[in-house]
Amino acid sequence: MDSAHKVGNGCNAIPQARSGTGPARRHLLQAGAIAMAGLQPGNARAGSSDQDRMMRPRPGDLLVHAGDDRPCVAIDAAEILPGDAPVIAWAMDPETKLVRDGSRLNQIVLLRLDPATMEPDTMARSAGGLVAYSAICTHAQCTVSGWIQDRQVLHCPCHQSEYDPRNGAGVVAGPAPRPLAALPLKIAGGRPEVAEGFIGKVGMSQQNM
Amino acid sequence: MATLNKIIGSVLATALASGACATATFAGEVTDYSPVTQQRLDNPEPGNWLLYRHGYNGQGFSPLKQIDAGNVKSLVPVWTFSTGVNEGHEAPPMVNNGTMFVATPYGQVLALNAKTGDLIWRYKHALPEDLFQLHPTSRGVALWGDKLFLAATDDHLIAIDAKTGKEVWNTKVQDYQKGQYMTLEPLVVNGKVMIGGSGGEYGVRGYVAAFDADSGKELWRTYTVPAPGEPGSNTWSGDDWKNGGGSVWITGTYDPKRNIAYWGVGNAAPWPGDQHPGDNLYTSSVIALNPDNGKIIGFHQYHPNDSWDWDEIDSPILIDNLSYKGQTFDGLVHPGRDGYLWVLKQDAEGIGFVYGEPFVGQNAFKSIDAKTGRPDVDPEHKPTTGKPVSFCPSLWGGKDWPSASYNPDTKLLYIPANNNMCETIEGQKQKLVVGQLWLGADAEHAKLLPGSDHIGELQAWNVETGKQVWMHPFEKSQLFASTLTTAGDLVFVGGTNDRMFRAFDAKTGKLLWEQKTNSGIMGMPVAYEVDGQEYIAIQSGWGVDAQRIQGMLADTDLKLNADVPQGGVVWVFAVKR
Repeated sequence: MDSAHKVGNGCNAIPQARSGTGPARRHLLQAGAIAMAGLQPGNARAGSSDQDRMMRPRPGDLLVHAGDDRPCVAIDAAEILPGDAPVIAWAMDPETKLVRDGSRLNQIVLLRLDPATMEPDTMARSAGGLVAYSAICTHAQCTVSGWIQDRQVLHCPCHQSEYDPRNGAGVVAGPAPRPLAALPLKIAGGRPEVAEGFIGKVGMSQQNM
Repeated sequence: MATLNKIIGSVLATALASGACATATFAGEVTDYSPVTQQRLDNPEPGNWLLYRHGYNGQGFSPLKQIDAGNVKSLVPVWTFSTGVNEGHEAPPMVNNGTMFVATPYGQVLALNAKTGDLIWRYKHALPEDLFQLHPTSRGVALWGDKLFLAATDDHLIAIDAKTGKEVWNTKVQDYQKGQYMTLEPLVVNGKVMIGGSGGEYGVRGYVAAFDADSGKELWRTYTVPAPGEPGSNTWSGDDWKNGGGSVWITGTYDPKRNIAYWGVGNAAPWPGDQHPGDNLYTSSVIALNPDNGKIIGFHQYHPNDSWDWDEIDSPILIDNLSYKGQTFDGLVHPGRDGYLWVLKQDAEGIGFVYGEPFVGQNAFKSIDAKTGRPDVDPEHKPTTGKPVSFCPSLWGGKDWPSASYNPDTKLLYIPANNNMCETIEGQKQKLVVGQLWLGADAEHAKLLPGSDHIGELQAWNVETGKQVWMHPFEKSQLFASTLTTAGDLVFVGGTNDRMFRAFDAKTGKLLWEQKTNSGIMGMPVAYEVDGQEYIAIQSGWGVDAQRIQGMLADTDLKLNADVPQGGVVWVFAVKR
């Protein structure tokens, strides 16, 4: 896998991925797979910081691009533009700058929508047009890394589940049984910030897993 | 003649087995277990089902004939067992002298009394909470000595005590977090447990590896994509080999006479061939291995530089003493995902080409070379980067992984085929991110050919003439399940979206019997015998690719219901005497 981009974020000194892709009808968001080094037996990273990395996003956390080459720079609200494909992000402790990339289940998908198109519940969880959800598909836990531009829906490339980000990431196609977990946001200092933890279950129902 | 094992113990207990990630719930223990030896595997017993396809030859043929074309209309369910999980139940129920071992999705193995359906023990491998599963399934447990071997989707190979359900050893093979996983039933030869790795969709480098049955120690590993300097490496460019695909996810076949194992190899990664120029050995090929050391003895590449997602993963069926146009040979027969029936032969060089004949509509090959079998590919129907390209058959192929079967009595090959379904793929440049799907393409645009009146086809072929003998069409359904053929002149298959399990006359193709089940069937039927009674067993449990095809069909003019119910059940049938 030498030529592949590793996952994680520069803040925690994990080998990195780069984001970005060319124009395509289905975009793949190209970031935010796994960085589980702290979970592996014998790994020297074990410790309290690993517990913090494992934690789901917490109120007050800032967001950083997953796999970004840059050091831990919080995402600015102004850089997420209407009509852009969503980005995959991690939450970051604003004090310690520790990125919560210890579990792939912490991946977040972030995008900007026209507030006039949002359903009320989605509007209530949004901030300045920004909405965020868990990036983990509720069907088989693949990363929801796709974006279907013409229909403006989030897309899981593994089994073709589709989610409507304007309506609470409800399922509009495919085998997913439930919406993506929602992550309420607020804007502080021009940056999106986690307002409260995930609403709804992250990932699939743990059927015998 | 099989005898029913006694079952002891009735007290339910739950225990942690050895290893950190497994639990086994015990309801009892198998006594008088018959250890599986090389001699038994080399000489498959009619009443048992000890290998993936009954025998090493992969024929999927049972010599049992108590249930036959004359009485199959009286076939009735004698017991069922709910597995408790959803998704695709693809494994054959393995049977050893009255005990049935069933692998299900989500790392579960059941030991059942094959006569009564009573649970003896249940093993559950605790899968990691963050596991992502592109193909949540298992294609079965292998048997050797007094152990079973499970290749799990978190890429662990696990040995289980067949008598107690306790874990004996647990070996991490590779890393599921990188998209490396396993779904196949292992192949055991002389105490070497051979497996292959899935994950071509994530840009892994495929391999076949062997592990010691007693210790779980890795003995050898042979990559299906050669490193620079190794034979075949000149068919790759630059660093493409590092993420070249060639995954291995269906059980190999084996010739004890020559001590050669044959393994089908998946497509190159990512999908569009222009992103990995060259022939890309040994992708979309069959390789011949020495199971003692993993050395590649020979190969045949069905098609170079795959661009269609046509894994040629199903290992060839071994048929001795085939005759074709004046030559007699030991045949290697493979109905390919590329829509061609490939007939090869075992020869001094390893594998030789005999003939290839399309068995479904196929527009990607203009022709094939009469001497080598190399296709002349039509560039108009070969996906590439930057423009949509259509081709037939679809990415699921003329026949995907479900196995065909061969009946030495009728001398016919029974292919679960899909026809009239085509595909459009547009290649895209995508960066590889570890653990994320990396197809290099915008996929899932399958369409039916205008005017087509069916999709699934159960086909019978005479491989010595290269002609189709009969075909049963399925009007509004795919056919996505393996076939079983028996000495009772029968062919059994599920695979349709109407949840039916069916029996056909092996000689004529006449539908003789059908039973609607709880879910759709994408599993592998088996025949076995206990106390003089013949049984037919199958898992019904829809999911994975059968479900994906159904989702696609729901968007066509057929307007099928995408909701085929899920939930696994083991069904066992018999003709009551």
